[in-house]
Amino acid sequence: MAAIKPDISVQYTDSANVVTFLKEKILEEKDIRRLEESIFPVIERSENIHLVLDFSNVQFLSSSVLGLLLKISKKIYERNSRLALCNINPKIYEIFKITRLNKIFEIYEDIDSAVQGLSAPQQDV
Amino acid sequence: MPSEMPNGTSVSVQGRTSAAERVFKRILAGLKANGFSTEDIFAVHLGLEEAFINAVRHGNKSNPNKKVNITFDIKPDKAEICLQDQGEGFNPDSIPDPTSPDNIFKIGGRGLFLIRSYMDATNFNDKGNRICMVKYNSKTRENSSKKRASK
Repeated sequence: MAAIKPDISVQYTDSANVVTFLKEKILEEKDIRRLEESIFPVIERSENIHLVLDFSNVQFLSSSVLGLLLKISKKIYERNSRLALCNINPKIYEIFKITRLNKIFEIYEDIDSAVQGLSAPQQDV
Repeated sequence: MPSEMPNGTSVSVQGRTSAAERVFKRILAGLKANGFSTEDIFAVHLGLEEAFINAVRHGNKSNPNKKVNITFDIKPDKAEICLQDQGEGFNPDSIPDPTSPDNIFKIGGRGLFLIRSYMDATNFNDKGNRICMVKYNSKTRENSSKKRASK
């Protein structure tokens, strides 16, 4: 039987949970659905814990991922927590810029700066 | 503006099958072989994925029996790609701007906006079930403008 490759890895810390996407490409509806099913329980399990989404392995994504991120952010804010994105490669960051979602999400260079940024008071966007 | 249909290879696929994956790979390999930059290839890849998702999801309403026809012609100076679904079609001008404050938090509605942002030209047939996209090779464009400037 073929081994099932996980879509994410999760690191739980006191101040933030860090979810790392493990796939290089996130495109299909079924990928998005699987991610949603994996990430939502991480959010639900942790009250008042911030979430960092690490894109270090992601080389390509479709606009469906942007929709997923908005869904995740809504769920996070409902639980009085904050969401940060990090390690986004320049080509993918351009997608955020074009869609102006770089103004909506808190985006950091790496996991450490994201965790640090989330522990500081929120700046008005 | 893109021509009606490029004179090139035409393939019909049913949803995201391995056949569709092979067509995508062939198009991207064709761009590489014709000297397109990695930025151009990324742009076409994104345009192709978004157009394909729209064709399958919105055009064919995810009906696995319906097909998407992909026609492509890749030359050293430009790539032309058309995708036609078997749906009712839509009015591309009816899609609101996803960057406006009213729409920025909406879950969907960014695919066509990204296609238009990343491709050099985009048009639809009258029915609205075929999109044709053009991407120029930025390297050959750069060289020809340098040549014009030096004359």
